[in-house]
Amino acid sequence: MWDYIKLIALGLVAVLAAIAAGNARDLAYQVNAVEIMLAAAIAFIWVLRTMGSHQPASQNEYFDGVVRAGVIATTFWGVVGFLVAVIIAFQLAYPSLNFEWAQGYLNFGKLRPLHTSAVIFAFGGNALIASSFYVVQRTSAARLWGGGLGWFVFWGYNLFIVLAASGYILGATQSKEYAEPEWHVDIWLTVVWVAYLLVFLGTIFKRKEPHIYVANWFYLSFIVTIAMLHLVNNLAIPVSFFGSKSVQVFSGVQDAMTQWWYGHNAVGFFLTAGFLGMMYYFVPKQAERPVYSYKLSIVHFWALIFLYIWAGPHHLHYTALPDWAGTLGMTFSIILWMPSWGGMINGLMTLSGAWDKLRTDPIIRMMVVSVGFYGMSTFEGPMMSIKAVNSLSHYTDWTIGHVHSGALGWNGMITFGTLYFLVPRLWAREGLYSLKLVSWHFWLATIGIVLYASSMWVAGIMQGLMWREVDSQGFLVNAFADTVAAMHPMFVVRGLGGVLYLAGGMIMAYNLWMTVARQPRVETRSVAAVPAE
Amino acid sequence: MSKKPTKKHEVETTGHQWDGIEEYNNPLPKWWLYTFYICIIWGIGYSIAMPAWPIFKSGATPGLLGSSTRANVQADIDKFAAMNKPVQEKLVAVNLDEIASDPELKNFTQNAGGAIFRTWCAQCHGAGAGGNSQLGYPNLLDSDWLWGGTMDDIHFTVTHGIRNETDPTEEARFSQMPAFGKDEILSTEEISQVVQYVRKISGQDNDATLAAAGETVFADNCSACHAEDGTGDQAQGAPNLTDAIWLYGGDVDTITYTVANARTGVMPNWNERLSEADIRAVTAYVHGLGGGQ
Repeated sequence: MWDYIKLIALGLVAVLAAIAAGNARDLAYQVNAVEIMLAAAIAFIWVLRTMGSHQPASQNEYFDGVVRAGVIATTFWGVVGFLVAVIIAFQLAYPSLNFEWAQGYLNFGKLRPLHTSAVIFAFGGNALIASSFYVVQRTSAARLWGGGLGWFVFWGYNLFIVLAASGYILGATQSKEYAEPEWHVDIWLTVVWVAYLLVFLGTIFKRKEPHIYVANWFYLSFIVTIAMLHLVNNLAIPVSFFGSKSVQVFSGVQDAMTQWWYGHNAVGFFLTAGFLGMMYYFVPKQAERPVYSYKLSIVHFWALIFLYIWAGPHHLHYTALPDWAGTLGMTFSIILWMPSWGGMINGLMTLSGAWDKLRTDPIIRMMVVSVGFYGMSTFEGPMMSIKAVNSLSHYTDWTIGHVHSGALGWNGMITFGTLYFLVPRLWAREGLYSLKLVSWHFWLATIGIVLYASSMWVAGIMQGLMWREVDSQGFLVNAFADTVAAMHPMFVVRGLGGVLYLAGGMIMAYNLWMTVARQPRVETRSVAAVPAE
Repeated sequence: MSKKPTKKHEVETTGHQWDGIEEYNNPLPKWWLYTFYICIIWGIGYSIAMPAWPIFKSGATPGLLGSSTRANVQADIDKFAAMNKPVQEKLVAVNLDEIASDPELKNFTQNAGGAIFRTWCAQCHGAGAGGNSQLGYPNLLDSDWLWGGTMDDIHFTVTHGIRNETDPTEEARFSQMPAFGKDEILSTEEISQVVQYVRKISGQDNDATLAAAGETVFADNCSACHAEDGTGDQAQGAPNLTDAIWLYGGDVDTITYTVANARTGVMPNWNERLSEADIRAVTAYVHGLGGGQ
């Protein structure tokens, strides 16, 4: 019966998508409609072919298939995102790489949102979904709630990524940083995200442990807040039901404030809270040590999620935004410093008593460097929110350096550590294929980040100083093009840093592949969902 | 790290366990807690000192220090404006030709004009004023002028621009070369002849037979603007074709394209965006780059 409902729904979606494709007002919308039609058709055929052959999954086994798929998607999108990153880094250093034949499709302006979305939403998002599904099952001692709904979340989310990416290349964009997808793609993500929330909450509700583990607080705050941010920042009215263009509900400085309330909290809840959830499970697991302080985790969790949401105005210092809003944004940002560091302390101090593992375990080393970069970025962020500092740093590449020390250092490294932890366990393999390659990955990535961050600091501070340089009569000394020319060497170094980071990512992909392909199977891993205590 | 934990970690865990993970019941680190408190106290103080708390319908608390980023930047601008006012008034009052001989005005126009040039002119003419021969933006460093290189000529060009339709006084410099090929005024053969002739008078390699035939074509079609000898006419912006300086390029292909399709470079009028003092400053700056007459 359920299968028939699914078939009817999928058939309907495919037909509606075909109609939309036929009536499309623009190419991006048409391609998106065709993609949805194909996805629905593939799902239709799959449901049809597997009808009646389902065996009810044992409630005593963890639902790991979707986590395995998530791990593969994370690795794949990671390498894609890093590759696009290297391309656009060199496009900035050598503008002739914006080839004439590719204008309008593969020039910097089109590829830049493709890069940010690929690394944040495709790589980061898949890592968060996969790891949260793994962690919530283990720490709740319960199978994932919702039957096949987990699969819907995975495929739905990756369809969202394909829709968004193809839309960018063909020109569908809201022109809102990190919220570029147009209204029809936003609606689809909303559907997927509600399903994700249901799966996660359902699993928490049926947990067999008396308490909810700290990692799940962070994951849950990430899922709930992203839903809220996504809905408010994407309020828009489509110009046509059959076109991708939409008009924002907010305008002017209100729109800017909404965008940066969203933008800053995408960093706060997607890249910070979500990834802290990851850290709170995988660091103690890999170190085999208890978490340093339960009390600290409570205090810093509530302080972090209360304070983060107010810090957005610091993105709009010295703009049309009134001074008072900027003051509040800056104040909350600085108070946020210690709550952010609470996570770093809990992560690092969990290793006390196991520091020797830094020498022998490259995965722990990755996690420690990750937490270290987390600490540095969450100090640098509040510092840059100070108006006087911001007057120098704003609009310069210092901001880009700051973001990447957080993204490459914290988000990237903790995800790599998580993937190295998960793959042998998910595929029941006897350890990783090569720890030596993990070490290589560690050093390539670390040196890459150092090159990236330091070159962007130099470039950004130089750029800021050149912009504000005036002579004794108050006239500007430098032309804008002078600053661009002066930054060229730093752009090249940044690109090289990116090459190292990409090389590390490819080594990881190879290592994980070989782990699954070559390592002997172990049958002893328990997948029974039984409470630990 | 004033007091190092000399004792071993003997703190209790909370007694909970999730998938093998336990949690110590360590207290909040003192330095962490106190830094957090200090930040909160600072935050309260800062938000009293600065404009911060929104009030329904009447903006926000102004803050005890009365700080305002807009007022600050306005004060900065006013300071320099007041400082430069006397010299700007003098600049507008004098005859254009007197600027170079007045040390104060010369110094001022070098700085102010340079800044204006780097802000408004460098996009086309280049930060070093060398122009762009691929896109047809004139080099301002040499003594070859399209519309004249005296102070008065440059001042007029900057004020009204070239071939724009935005100048409110409708005095933009205007001239239009015919598109000899596109509009079928000359045959393809005639064009290749005149191109060779232009190559000849500019002292470049050319096909002598074609060039000889091209001389008549030139006399009939081009000399009205570019003059009998090809030295051009600044009154109508017709370039000198006998020197080695080219706006778009002097190779056969480029000259052929120019003759066939004509060129219509545009420069904006600056009289709506810049003050008279600014226009005079940038005029003197460009005049002083080396080519001024």
